[in-house]
Amino acid sequence: MQSGSRAQYDEMLDPGGAVRPAYEGFRNWYDAQDATWLKRQDSEAERFFRRTGITFNVYGDDAAEERLIPFDMIPRIITANEWRKLSRGIEQRVRALNAFLHDLYHRQEIVRSGRLPERLLRNNDAFLPQMAGFTPPGDVYTHVVGIDLVRTGPDEFMVLEDNARTPSGVSYMLENRETMMAMFPELFSRVAVRPVSDYPRRLARSLAACAPSCASQRPVVAVLTPGIYNSAYFEHAFLADQMGAELVEGSDLRVVDGRIAMRTTTGYRPVDVIYRRVDDEYLDPLSFNKDSALGVAGIMDVYRAGKVTIANAPGTGIADDKAIYSFMPEIVEFYTGEKPILNNVPTWRCSEPDALAYVLDNLHELVVKEVHGSGGYGMLIGPTSSKGEIARFAKKLRARPENYIAQPTLSLSTVPIFTKAGLAPRHVDLRPFVLVSPGGIDITPGGLTRVALKKGSLVVNSSQGGGTKDSWVLED
Amino acid sequence: MLGRSANGIYWMTRYLERAENTARLLEVGFRMALTRGPQAASEEWRSVLVTIGQDKAYRERFDDYTGAQVFNFILRGPDNPASVLCMLDNARSNARTVRTGLTREAWEATNEAWMQLRDLLARPVREGNLGEVISAIRGQTTQVRGAMDGTMLRNEVFNFARLGTFIERADNTARILDVKYYVLLPSLSWVGSSLDNAQWETVLRSVAGDRAYRWLNAGRLDPRGIAQFLILDGRFPRSLAFAYEKLASNMAGLARQYGGETQAHALLQAARAKLQQATIDRVIERGLHEFITEFIADTGRINQAIAAEYRFIE
Repeated sequence: MQSGSRAQYDEMLDPGGAVRPAYEGFRNWYDAQDATWLKRQDSEAERFFRRTGITFNVYGDDAAEERLIPFDMIPRIITANEWRKLSRGIEQRVRALNAFLHDLYHRQEIVRSGRLPERLLRNNDAFLPQMAGFTPPGDVYTHVVGIDLVRTGPDEFMVLEDNARTPSGVSYMLENRETMMAMFPELFSRVAVRPVSDYPRRLARSLAACAPSCASQRPVVAVLTPGIYNSAYFEHAFLADQMGAELVEGSDLRVVDGRIAMRTTTGYRPVDVIYRRVDDEYLDPLSFNKDSALGVAGIMDVYRAGKVTIANAPGTGIADDKAIYSFMPEIVEFYTGEKPILNNVPTWRCSEPDALAYVLDNLHELVVKEVHGSGGYGMLIGPTSSKGEIARFAKKLRARPENYIAQPTLSLSTVPIFTKAGLAPRHVDLRPFVLVSPGGIDITPGGLTRVALKKGSLVVNSSQGGGTKDSWVLED
Repeated sequence: MLGRSANGIYWMTRYLERAENTARLLEVGFRMALTRGPQAASEEWRSVLVTIGQDKAYRERFDDYTGAQVFNFILRGPDNPASVLCMLDNARSNARTVRTGLTREAWEATNEAWMQLRDLLARPVREGNLGEVISAIRGQTTQVRGAMDGTMLRNEVFNFARLGTFIERADNTARILDVKYYVLLPSLSWVGSSLDNAQWETVLRSVAGDRAYRWLNAGRLDPRGIAQFLILDGRFPRSLAFAYEKLASNMAGLARQYGGETQAHALLQAARAKLQQATIDRVIERGLHEFITEFIADTGRINQAIAAEYRFIE
């Protein structure tokens, strides 16, 4: 999708072409570097990533089974002040998300009060009746959350999407920083950047704090992966490695004496916390998809008996639903009693007749998304679609309006990328990673910046040609 | 440690060892082709295929044993699931499943080996670059071993890695002997002929033992000495005795960490005792071929016992 005609916000340069304060330190350094040397470093970066094996598998792309997400070496920089406000907003939103999930699976006060239509839960696959009336250990639903933010102005960050199910990408946040520090060590001695490298340790601590009461003094944490053919396998292995946790597959686990146990070389050993990177429907063939070989038969019974922690809790995916998303401002206010600090992107719910009429009239300038979709699939990007595509989409929309929401084509902020011809602005988003435990909410400074590498493009998804950048939050 | 991870690291090192040993065999075949007539070369290529158990699969596709055809089949054969390329693929896949058990350097060396060799083997190998390919396989697999040796904790993970290496090596050396045993048998009519010398040297070269053997024996080649060297000399890193000593020390490591021995320990001890008590005279008297066959079977049983005792699979 292309950016509209509205003026877009460049994070490095102000409209007069002067470098903004956040980027001053970086630009002073950058301008003093030899261009040929920078180009060489740029091509070195790719080799570095291939060697480390940081690849992701693209679904439906056989020829390129393992592909690299392109890395751009110009950092995305956020000032301490900007971050302070952002993290307050993120914390508020994540607190509300957890309270909301608890309520949905208990008394549903928000539905009773009339703030959320009951139909959003009915016939929604992401809402799991198996979770009703059950409180997970520590009352934590979303142990790890990724909040996708876009920026449209100096003080305007908006939430594009909540990822309460299984946000991925944190390994890129960590490896991007490692790569930058390996390539440009002197840069980090000149600009004080808040570190991200202790994320795995914080994740391990946060997960352990959510262990069930039967867990030992040092809870056993395992990362559950679908296996080496999963697109995010590298990340699963990376996190397990960094946390010192076991990396398990469904076939390693079974129920033994009412607990989940993993098959070690010396027999079955209990596991207390499972950081699962397997979707709800594959988690337990007895409770969900009976053909799943990725999960553990009977894990839901063990879970409901309080003998294991599953992170994130099953059924949190309901919060990723884009129709639910459109109610987030109300949800935040309902559970925190405060005005939301971070706004949503304006959203039309096509289930509402007035909104649908507006959307149908303005398809050429809107982005329309499926409420259950993710990763940029199954959506219409009005401004770059042909008349035929729009007409076909309109038909689908009329047939099942409740399946869609629409948003304006935002003018996302830009950050420069490194090109052979020098720096060039490209659109970005930001996914900060948030850990939740009974001890509190912990936000790693920065997150993953995704960047649309094509000039003018607004699609940052790695599955569709997006890249990533190291994201800096400056020290005070 | 997970049983599946133990299985993964065990097979990772088995496949790497197998790739390396296969490269050595190809080197010998190639040398034969360069120094002997086409008849001897063709016979040697067949023998290479038999040694690695691929002769049947090869003959299903080809009628004759010509160099480029054979080494391309073995290295990268498009429908050869046991090609060196597949071995490397398997090694890397297994390494990926045990990514958390490997150090970063060990993983990167494995990944690098796979990338380099995959590129080298992307096109058919010509006689002109076979040498380069072989030395790359040897070099890359050695790098992985070096990275593991230099960076990995000496714990169960390392023990399983070494068990994989030495089960494979014991098996490979034994198979070379099994195919070539007749060369090493006393034969009045052949003794001293230049053909014998070349054959004996081939056996030594197949396990990179030619130089070591000559150094120990002041350059004299004799079949009994060669058999003794490859089977019983505990100083030579590709001998059967050496491989079994390494198996024993790594199995002892597991017993220490897990607080007890298993059926696999018992089997290894019994098979190792046979080696320790053997002398080359008695081996040849009782039958070199029978001895080797029994050794291969013993090694196979130890392999199965390790997999079962340490719960490699459900």
